[in-house]
Amino acid sequence: MYAQMVKSTGEAVKSREEMTPEERRFQDRIDAGEKIEPKDWMPEGYRKTLIRQIAQHAHSEVVGQLPEGNWITRAPTLERKAILLAKVQDEAGHGLYLYCAAETLGVSRDELTERLLDGSMKYSSIFNYPTLTWADIGAVGWLVDGAAIMNQVPLQRTSFGPYSRAMIRICKEESFHQRQGYDIMLKMARGTEAQRRMAQDALNRFWYPALMMFGPSDKDSVHSAQSMAWKIKINTNDELRQKFVDQTVPQAEYLGLTIPDPDLKFNEETGHYDFTQPDWEEFFQVVSGNGPCNAERLEARRRAWEDGAWVREGLLAHAEKRAARSAAE
Amino acid sequence: MDKALFEFCLRMGDNTLILGHRVSEWCGHAPVVEEDIALANTALDLIGQTQLWLGLAGEIEGKGRDADALAFRRDAWEMRSVLLVEQPNGDFGQTLMRQYLFDQWQALMLAALEESAEPRIAAIARKARKEVAYHLERSRGTVVGLGDGTEESHARMQAALDRLYPYVGELFSDDAIDSALAERGIAPLPSSLRPDYDAALAETMAEATLSLPENRWSHSGGRDGSRHSEHLGHILAEMQWLQRAYPDATW
Ligand SMILES: [Fe+2]
Ligand SMILES: [Fe+2]
Repeated sequence: MYAQMVKSTGEAVKSREEMTPEERRFQDRIDAGEKIEPKDWMPEGYRKTLIRQIAQHAHSEVVGQLPEGNWITRAPTLERKAILLAKVQDEAGHGLYLYCAAETLGVSRDELTERLLDGSMKYSSIFNYPTLTWADIGAVGWLVDGAAIMNQVPLQRTSFGPYSRAMIRICKEESFHQRQGYDIMLKMARGTEAQRRMAQDALNRFWYPALMMFGPSDKDSVHSAQSMAWKIKINTNDELRQKFVDQTVPQAEYLGLTIPDPDLKFNEETGHYDFTQPDWEEFFQVVSGNGPCNAERLEARRRAWEDGAWVREGLLAHAEKRAARSAAE
Repeated sequence: MDKALFEFCLRMGDNTLILGHRVSEWCGHAPVVEEDIALANTALDLIGQTQLWLGLAGEIEGKGRDADALAFRRDAWEMRSVLLVEQPNGDFGQTLMRQYLFDQWQALMLAALEESAEPRIAAIARKARKEVAYHLERSRGTVVGLGDGTEESHARMQAALDRLYPYVGELFSDDAIDSALAERGIAPLPSSLRPDYDAALAETMAEATLSLPENRWSHSGGRDGSRHSEHLGHILAEMQWLQRAYPDATW
């Protein structure tokens, strides 16, 4: 999930009696499954929460280029290099659709970028972990894109039209990414001794960070309750995490890899796997800027933004000159 | 083995391989997301073309080396990339200037190769030419936009042109391999493309308000492998590392 702990209004969900007539009409439209479009009336809290969530998702796509980009120049075959380039290109494209969706809510992309760089907006915790071997590129596709899909498939039904449409386009590509990642893992897990070790090591390092992608348990969170009432959030974090574990365990077994959780076992009664929760203290540290790669990731994005200023200004100045010239003609 | 044809395919494929590598170094670091997408797309096309050229080279050689073996298991002195594509990215302006100088040559080369007497070369040229037309449109537009942009962008683009122009001439130098291929109608003599290239460059630079250096002297040694840049060894060390460290593995 690329949106973690998105703050909503911070207040309890209003009952129908507490709502203004406008708010009531708005809620009725959502309950009826109608899509809200940018020009429609919406509560300020809905708009603000959506901006935070969509921007966090967009930032995640853009920052997410970095850990994978780390391996493009070292990809082991031309085919793998091409696949990885195409994937990273898709991720940047996802960032772009999502920034556009956020912009329909009356905020500019530059403003959102500034807020990413000054630390007031977040991106997914997962991209603060390093990619250390080629198997990590497999693990990222398999687990990280896999977890993203888990979250984004239901969001295709989200109440805000532009967000929902962006999710529909994005989900198709994410499932390719997941298959390609799994394919790398398969090749590694069935490869030489060294490749098998890389595959297991990648799973060991990415398993818990992948579980963290869904965010901490949100059963008591007022933010989640409001977001769910507005259909900005469709499932609870725990539901999605469980679904992810249930889906992923048999895939790991097929690879012949061991999930790094000695207490993982299938529970006949519930029909689900019981598993160990990730270290939430680590998660909060990563989210507040202390993960293994937070400083590097932000530095890289800051440098891209600052070093690119002259390019953006140059192209803008040129466009203005051209417009002036054609007006003069 | 048709040695001249083999060399020619290496020259084409090594250019796209090394330039694709350089462009892919930008991934995630571009000035705007649109440029991240465009640069990744360019690199992707170049790597795709590499697969075709080096695949054909391996076929012509007939020793069982495929495109990957040629890309990942040759040392620098066996590479046939021109010095221009080995040059570091520098700033965004230098990267796009390098791209434009290359794209403009590649577009002319591929147009001529579509008429090649060797059908496998003509087929690759037909496919690659569409991609390159798009690369050229974009790199040319950026060179013009930044050249005729702000004072700073203009100065940076002029510096990039001055820095890279001495590597242009190598693209148009003829040797015995070129003459042999030209005689057989397989590929044009590189020097025959220069007048059209010069005309295109003059027009682009005028629009970009940039001045072409008067000195046309050129570095050389890449396309015949006699003296590559120091950069190439580092590029290969990075690119080939996995294949070399784990020679028994398949990926
Ligand atoms: Fe994505
Ligand atoms: Fe993805």
